[in-house]
Amino acid sequence: MSSEVLEIQLIAIVVAVACALPGVFLVLRRMAMMSDAISHAILLGIALAFFVTADLTSPLLIIAAAATGVLTVSLVELLNRTRLIREDAAIGITFPALFSVGVILIARYAGDVHLDTDTVLLGELALAPFNRFEFFGYDFGPRSLWVMAAILCINVVFIAFCYKELKLVTFDANLAATLGFSPALIHYGLMALVSVTAVGAFDAVGSILVVALMIVPPITAYLLTNRLSRMIVLSGLIGVASAVGGYWFAHYQDASIAGSMGLMTGVFFALAFLFAPNRGIVAIARRRASQRWEFAQTMLTIHLFSHEGLPEAEREAHVNHLSSHLHWEPDFAQQVVRNAERRGFVRNRAGRLDLTHQGREMAQLALVK
Amino acid sequence: MVLELGRDLFFDYTLRTVALGSATLGVVSGALGAYAVLRKQSLLGDAISHATLPGVAMAFLLTQSKAPLILVIGAAIAGWIATLLVISIVNNTRIKEDSALGLVLSVFFSGGLVLLTVIQKMPTAKQSGLDTFLFGQAAALLERDVITMASIGGVTIIIMLLLWKEFKLLCFDTSFGASLGFPMAILDVLLITLLVIAIVLGLQTVGVVLMSAMVVAPAAAARQWTNRLGGMVALSVLFGAIAGVSGAVISSSAVQVPTGPTIVLSISAIVLLSITLAPNRGLVWNWIRSQRERRKLRIEVVLNDLYTLASQHEDPRHSHSTAVLEAMSAHRSNVRHSLRELASRGWVENVNSDEWALTSEGVIQARYVAGRGR
Repeated sequence: MSSEVLEIQLIAIVVAVACALPGVFLVLRRMAMMSDAISHAILLGIALAFFVTADLTSPLLIIAAAATGVLTVSLVELLNRTRLIREDAAIGITFPALFSVGVILIARYAGDVHLDTDTVLLGELALAPFNRFEFFGYDFGPRSLWVMAAILCINVVFIAFCYKELKLVTFDANLAATLGFSPALIHYGLMALVSVTAVGAFDAVGSILVVALMIVPPITAYLLTNRLSRMIVLSGLIGVASAVGGYWFAHYQDASIAGSMGLMTGVFFALAFLFAPNRGIVAIARRRASQRWEFAQTMLTIHLFSHEGLPEAEREAHVNHLSSHLHWEPDFAQQVVRNAERRGFVRNRAGRLDLTHQGREMAQLALVK
Repeated sequence: MVLELGRDLFFDYTLRTVALGSATLGVVSGALGAYAVLRKQSLLGDAISHATLPGVAMAFLLTQSKAPLILVIGAAIAGWIATLLVISIVNNTRIKEDSALGLVLSVFFSGGLVLLTVIQKMPTAKQSGLDTFLFGQAAALLERDVITMASIGGVTIIIMLLLWKEFKLLCFDTSFGASLGFPMAILDVLLITLLVIAIVLGLQTVGVVLMSAMVVAPAAAARQWTNRLGGMVALSVLFGAIAGVSGAVISSSAVQVPTGPTIVLSISAIVLLSITLAPNRGLVWNWIRSQRERRKLRIEVVLNDLYTLASQHEDPRHSHSTAVLEAMSAHRSNVRHSLRELASRGWVENVNSDEWALTSEGVIQARYVAGRGR
């Protein structure tokens, strides 16, 4: 592995983890689409700061873009608070407007300089290692690796430091307010974090892939666990896996690295969506099927129990009678009886069914419940 | 200047084509957007428009053709699949709608990006023409494209009008519609399909990113002016068309201003105007109404105080000084103001220099106010 290949993967991993951390809270706070709005709107901040500094590497760009991100959030809230426009519509109006201003500014005044809308939107990770961070003539590795590592540190520190507050505000904002925490403060802190992360990540992966990395690993983790701490760790791991997997996919297909990373997050989500232990589609289908059999067996024992020892028992307790009495298809009835027999609830003597002691207990239990 | 623009609008081929194309886009997305906003699906448009990218790329890969119609069909299929995915994720897991939208939007877009880069590296194809879908390129519209857009859009709107009653039910009372025997699930899918078509039509003009504004903004602006579905759809169409044409005209008269963002800024301006100025709902209207209410309340308080004081005496028209009224009122500074207002209505009169008494009309009014409060 050449150092370039290693560096690109390192950047990808750092970006993925840095995005996944605030993403967990966006997903839990039902604000996933805010990441979309912020990651687009920061174009305006980047453009404005670029006109002031004429330098794409200036830290002012990050600050200005983060400010635009927070501005977007407050504009959306302002529109929402007039009660004239619902929140989702407010998001759908605000960020295209800010993005448009950014695009027009760039098209008109920035001409053909390095700043173009394509890079902001799509990003090009393959170019990242060429932009080095040099200090007193020494080469310290790619610049974006340092930028993203710093942002990752900020995210980790913020989440570790405000873990309790974030948790409280996310799951019970009213309780948080009564206890004297400020939900608004935490909210805006989180939004600032999302903005800073989006700005840092945009030149590595582009703004729309920021959305993929912020949202998809956390919702994948959301399908796998019920604990916040585990969800955070899992999101980070899924992000790392997507980054590495995406890189190699792109490598062999000769495709966009950022796009492949986004696609990989989707693949992991699809796996979780289908096969997650408790919440996956397969698990749900199996649970439904087993519940159906379970219910049918219980019905069988109750049916036999209620006619046990009575004159009509001879007729009622016959396998062939089940289809008419319980509205079961004959095949299904056979299958239920076979299962019940295997589990020792009934004895089958040439079609005549008798409850075992165990089966009687089950019926009684079901009736009491 | 204006005359010149008007002349260009009719006789300049490029400007006329771009303006007509943008107007068509505004009309179709305005009409279908109205339903999306009413059904709280504002961000679905954003997700659909991003999700069309792999469809466009796939259509090109399969057919090797750049004909707009083929690309549009590919886009529509991808948008449609994306929508169904969002619905199935929301229905089958505990994932909320916003996350599902973000997921589908970003993953589909990533897929599209991968396909685009693959196409770019194929020896057979120049990719240009595909990336116009990203940012839109209204200037590259041909008359042929506009005719295609207009005919597909026309069919969409005709279907919408034919199913007017059914879609209205779908928006406002789905269960009632179901109880009447309408196939609501099918109608739901149909309406979403129409929305997908509306979005796909606009992609060439304003691009993937800005399309969401063209779905949401005209409808959100129209909502401020009316409470009726018919009026809202009509206004939304009108706003969309105005934004389209004015965006095209403005961007053609300035140097290096792209059309798509200009259209979006025009419609944003219309939204801003609507939420400030619209009668009944607008911010200005609300402010005036709340001021009027506040003043009315202030006056009634003074009137009531004066009446309460006077009822301690034999004569209901017994006079009292301003200072007493001020002491009773929470808004001290405004008591004099309110008294003057009451005097101009002839409900109180100034007895001495600083003493005020109810007139007989004032007594009637005060009793009315007191009775209403009870």
